[in-house]
Amino acid sequence: MSGAGDPVLVLEEVRKSFGATEVLRGVDLTVHEGQVVVLIGASGSGKSTLLRCVDLLEVVDDGRIRLDGEDVTDPRVDADAVRARMGVVFQAYNLFPHLSVLDNVTLAPVRVHGVAAGDAKERAMAMLERVGLPEKASARPDDLSGGQQQRVAIARALVNQPRLMLLDEVTSALDPELVGEVLDLLRELKDEGMTMVLNTHEMGFARQVADTVCFLHGGVVHEQGPPGQVLGDPRQERTRQFLSRVHA
Amino acid sequence: MTAAPSWQPSALEVERRRYRRSRAVRSAAVSGASTVLVVGVVLTLLVTSPGWPRVRETFLSWDKAVAAFPAVVEGLWLNIRVMLVCGVLIALLGLTLAVMRTVRGPVAFPLRLFATVYVDLFRGLPLLLVIFVLGFGAPALRLSGLPSSALFWGACALVLSYSAYVAEVFRAGIESVHPSQRAAARSLGLSYGQTMRHVVLPQAVRRVVPPLMNDLVSLQKDSGLIAVLGVIDAIRAAQIETATDFNFTPYVVAGALFVCLTIPMARLTDHVARKQGFHGAGGVL
Ligand SMILES: Nc1ncnc2c1ncn2[C@@H]1O[C@H](COP(=O)(O)OP(=O)(O)OP(=O)(O)O)[C@@H](O)[C@H]1O
Ligand SMILES: [Mg+2]
Repeated sequence: MSGAGDPVLVLEEVRKSFGATEVLRGVDLTVHEGQVVVLIGASGSGKSTLLRCVDLLEVVDDGRIRLDGEDVTDPRVDADAVRARMGVVFQAYNLFPHLSVLDNVTLAPVRVHGVAAGDAKERAMAMLERVGLPEKASARPDDLSGGQQQRVAIARALVNQPRLMLLDEVTSALDPELVGEVLDLLRELKDEGMTMVLNTHEMGFARQVADTVCFLHGGVVHEQGPPGQVLGDPRQERTRQFLSRVHA
Repeated sequence: MTAAPSWQPSALEVERRRYRRSRAVRSAAVSGASTVLVVGVVLTLLVTSPGWPRVRETFLSWDKAVAAFPAVVEGLWLNIRVMLVCGVLIALLGLTLAVMRTVRGPVAFPLRLFATVYVDLFRGLPLLLVIFVLGFGAPALRLSGLPSSALFWGACALVLSYSAYVAEVFRAGIESVHPSQRAAARSLGLSYGQTMRHVVLPQAVRRVVPPLMNDLVSLQKDSGLIAVLGVIDAIRAAQIETATDFNFTPYVVAGALFVCLTIPMARLTDHVARKQGFHGAGGVL
């Protein structure tokens, strides 16, 4: 296990319900610095909900979430400041349609992090270069393909130099070639030491980028371990069933 | 569409283009002929009716129109100024009310309550009633520092009444912005206020521009209602002109001028809506 660094993110007994639906029933999870944790699980098992709780977009019903040791579920914590330390890429990109690609990327540096407009633009252009879209800087998000929008969303999250990246099914809308591109990008980020939590339905993808794979079932982390073990030789019967259905 | 120079249109395409062209010519001819026919029939009926000579004299007297024109135009200039000043104030007050109504959290409850009561009240009250009450009641209070002119209080009544409608239009726009947009903004660390200002409101306002233009056209006409307070706007000016000899032509002049003002605004509304169509609704409206 490459869990050498300090824990960046720790979830302790996290619970979350929507009305009568108990989605998370006591999730424990530790993510170390530089680690890539991949969440897998059936549709509706709570993968997106877990990421939204970590980003404080949902208020947890019980349990604790620590970011760099600080309890961020404490209501006295400034939630905006905590969110500013994390980068999120949503399943549906959620780019701002009224802003150009460049303005999407510079919005948070200028408004939240107090970067001067000129510097923010420079950093944003560098980031767009990095995701391979410098020529689209002045385009509107609606005029981009799905894969291009996805990469802009990644650039928008990365430009703030987040402590932790949360990625929700970043490849679900992409064709195999584009999946390869995004995968390369994530692998590069990983090599640079970025800590990431992502969820996916693609086991091949999970196998390639994960340090740890967590199988979410019944509202808890049912099984976790290195990808080779969890995906190749699962110990739990439920994991085995889930994987056999996915591979079928 | 211009044909790309890189290829010669095939015989098939040439034939299709010729057919489309002939169709276009034919439909233009048909619509031209039918318009001439309908207008001709209506005019003939009008002019041959027994009362026509009298109507023409009392409503369409050219000399009277020329004589009344300067006074009516001067009144209209007042309508235009009232519309412009009130329009800006209404937009500001309406937007403020809409934002107040959508703020969440228990601390903001008084704001929500105030905005809700305000909208319910002023949407329910007939505009004319508000004009009467403010126009005759408020100056009687002799509040120091506030003007007592009928024009001022009439304009106040317009602003108060219209803001309630416009607030609801803005609120619909704000609520039409998908929650995922807020989530994305908050996830970047933007505060509630920053999210509203940089992400939600720009999208909301763009979407409601066409209905707002409609309200502006309506305001332009309702600005004439303050004439009941004795302010001399276009309609009141026409009325004064009429009173001298019971020739109603000045009303026709005022009506024609109002329509002339409205038409450019209607076309502008169409233009804005069409431009939005590409990004908002997707397609030509
Ligand atoms: N805002 C909400 N209100 C009510 N129920 C919700 C809400 N968000 C999620 N749920 C419910 O919580 C459960 C978990 O949803 P979640 O989106 O976390 O699943 P998921 O594992 O991400 O699924 P998928 O793989 O399909 O994206 C689902 O049953 C969903 O209906
Ligand atoms: Mg999901």
